[in-house]
Amino acid sequence: MLSIKNLHASIEGTPILRGINLEVKAGEVHAIMGPNGSGKSTLASVLAGREEYEVTEGEVIFKGKNLLDLAPEDRAREGVFLAFQYPVEIPGVSSTNFLRTAVNQVREYRGQEPLDAVKFLTMMKEKMKLVEIDQKLLSRSLNEGFSGGEKKRNEIFQMAMLEPTLSILDETDSGLDIDALRIVSNGVNQLKSDKTATIVVTHYQRLLDYIVPDFVHVLYKGRIVKSGTKELAMELEEKGYDWIKEAVDSEATV
Amino acid sequence: MSKDNQILEDLTSKEYEHGWSVKMEADEAPIGLNESIIRWISTKKEEPQWLLDWRLKAYKTWENMTEPTWANVHYPKIDLQSLVFYSAPKQAKKTKNLDEVDPQLLEIYKRLGISLNEQKRLEGVAVDVVLDSVSVATTFKDTLGKLGIIFCSFSEAVKEHPELIKKYLGSVVPMTDNYYAALNSAVFSDGSFCYIPKGVRCPMELSTYFRINAANTGQFERTLIVAEDESYVSYLEGCTAPQRDENQLHAAVVEIYAGAHAEVKYSTVQNWFPGDKNGKGGIFNFVTKRGICAGDHSKISWTQVETGSAVTWKYPSCILKGDYSIGEFYSVAVTNNYQQADTGTKMIHIGKNTKSRIVSKGISAGKSQNSYRGQVQVMKRATNARNFSQCDSLLMGDRCGAHTFPYIDINNPTAKVEHEATTSKIGEDQIFYCNQRGISTEDAVALIVNGYAKEVLNQLPMEFAVEAQKLLALTLEGSVG
Ligand SMILES: Nc1ncnc2c1ncn2[C@@H]1O[C@H](COP(=O)(O)OP(=O)(O)O)[C@@H](O)[C@H]1O
Ligand SMILES: [Mg+2]
Repeated sequence: MLSIKNLHASIEGTPILRGINLEVKAGEVHAIMGPNGSGKSTLASVLAGREEYEVTEGEVIFKGKNLLDLAPEDRAREGVFLAFQYPVEIPGVSSTNFLRTAVNQVREYRGQEPLDAVKFLTMMKEKMKLVEIDQKLLSRSLNEGFSGGEKKRNEIFQMAMLEPTLSILDETDSGLDIDALRIVSNGVNQLKSDKTATIVVTHYQRLLDYIVPDFVHVLYKGRIVKSGTKELAMELEEKGYDWIKEAVDSEATV
Repeated sequence: MSKDNQILEDLTSKEYEHGWSVKMEADEAPIGLNESIIRWISTKKEEPQWLLDWRLKAYKTWENMTEPTWANVHYPKIDLQSLVFYSAPKQAKKTKNLDEVDPQLLEIYKRLGISLNEQKRLEGVAVDVVLDSVSVATTFKDTLGKLGIIFCSFSEAVKEHPELIKKYLGSVVPMTDNYYAALNSAVFSDGSFCYIPKGVRCPMELSTYFRINAANTGQFERTLIVAEDESYVSYLEGCTAPQRDENQLHAAVVEIYAGAHAEVKYSTVQNWFPGDKNGKGGIFNFVTKRGICAGDHSKISWTQVETGSAVTWKYPSCILKGDYSIGEFYSVAVTNNYQQADTGTKMIHIGKNTKSRIVSKGISAGKSQNSYRGQVQVMKRATNARNFSQCDSLLMGDRCGAHTFPYIDINNPTAKVEHEATTSKIGEDQIFYCNQRGISTEDAVALIVNGYAKEVLNQLPMEFAVEAQKLLALTLEGSVG
């Protein structure tokens, strides 16, 4: 589904991603872990098409298409979804209004009829249950004054509404208490199918107890320096990142 | 160039939609301004002597006044002696019935999107159309007449209800008020008159469309709304003008009188030609709008969506004379390309326990300049006066300007005046967030801007709100790649 080859990206001339390789197949869950500042959010942003990042080398193929050639909105319409680490506030625009615009633009791209108000609200009701989100929250201005947990829950709700093929969750677990974590993970798990794939970016192993990954990758200084299965996540939880940092840094100095 | 700037660069490519003019034979005054032109206009309109005298007095005052320069707008000096001060589309005779209206005029309304025939069927809206200087036809007169409501052109009111005009004309905006108001008082051509008798709730929105058609004419319309005690009316004003290279002058006066327990809502969607994207042409819009809450518990509420004009100079104001009276001002002003707007309000608290609320939302794009200028004045006997002002500015790109000039003058220690102001930018992160959900950049901008202006748009009557939303998006729209 997704094939990243030798991806390099920089911001304002500073290289951040320095040769990422990653293959993600339908039905798989990949976890990307790594210390702060290693480039996890950058990778997510580059895949979603954020313009500040300049791709200097490499290619990304998504469902047979060159992803890097597509505008950000077209990537979304093709089925790439990014749950933001820091969801953005849009004053005066309700989640409902926002999502209706989004869903109908995505549908138009996919050659589907727009949903009328009744059908849209029915769909919303159904997806709301998935993440146990409150109607009241959805009539408020998007993300404005939401608690950290509400923002994250709303991201997953949007994901449910947009029915993406590839979901990238950037630190969706941060700011969630244990109950919210369970609810959100539950939602994500229910949305999984053999036709979709998930990339989970996280600091902590905690989330991976709920969303069980098929593969775990460690990102450090803009490269995937170690890959393994979920046991790797446990090892990291136990030992921290220092041993990996040391191994990589000493290799670099030789 | 950042993405923001790129978007804004593209946004400026949007051209004015109503830029066309129909060739019509017009009945015009000779070029220029002097006493004999004023006599010419008055004769043309078959006015009584007292009104001619009033005009001449205004003219004499105006002659000794100078154009104000305190507003934060810059434009070449207007040569009034090269303007035509009165232009009426030539018609066989004044029509009484819509079916008798010149088909060419009807064509204009159709292109304006307000075909009268259609409007007639549109339940709940009565329309008075002012094309250049003369009000052509008024719909719904019968329905309103049964309630004792008068809604007609100003000239007609002068003929049929002289006692009302005599009583209220210039009572809220004196002819000596300011340069443009004095000019208007001298040369005003037509406009609308609206009278709601005591205790009557006007059952429909009253609406006027203004449109400037002939070249080189100034449009000086005059609107007078009188709401007697315990009455209610909601009044809508929409404006467009054809696209021309030269600037056209528009200097209107609107006066509102609200009696005790009366409420008047006045909504404007102003879409005059703003000039092209290089700043050529466009309307100079110098308007004086003022209402008086004359009785206790009366209320006047101004709502405006200003998207057009090359230069806007406009401060709809409320004189809160009655105790417990309320004044409101809700405004969205959008400027793009080389537009300049200096707009705001004045709330003058005279009565006890008077309240005012100001919500101003400026949106600047391109190389435009957008200023809010507001005054809150609390007089000595206005015990317990309250004011709340919220002035927000939204910037798109980094070549435009937003300015806020609040003036507060308090002469009673019990007054409570609150002022809040914010300035924000449409962020790349907001647009990217929308993009990431599949929303195009153009629609993202529309969504964000409408969200920002929501508090004001919510004040508009439903069908007007939808129109205003589209207009906002359109003003800022472009072919975004
Ligand atoms: N806008 C930016 N300007 C400069 N440096 C940035 C910017 N965004 C991220 N970086 C840098 O890129 C590196 C990777 O950041 P990020 O991808 O957010 O890491 P992670 O998500 O793994 O914590 C960090 O060193 C960060 O400081
Ligand atoms: Mg991060």
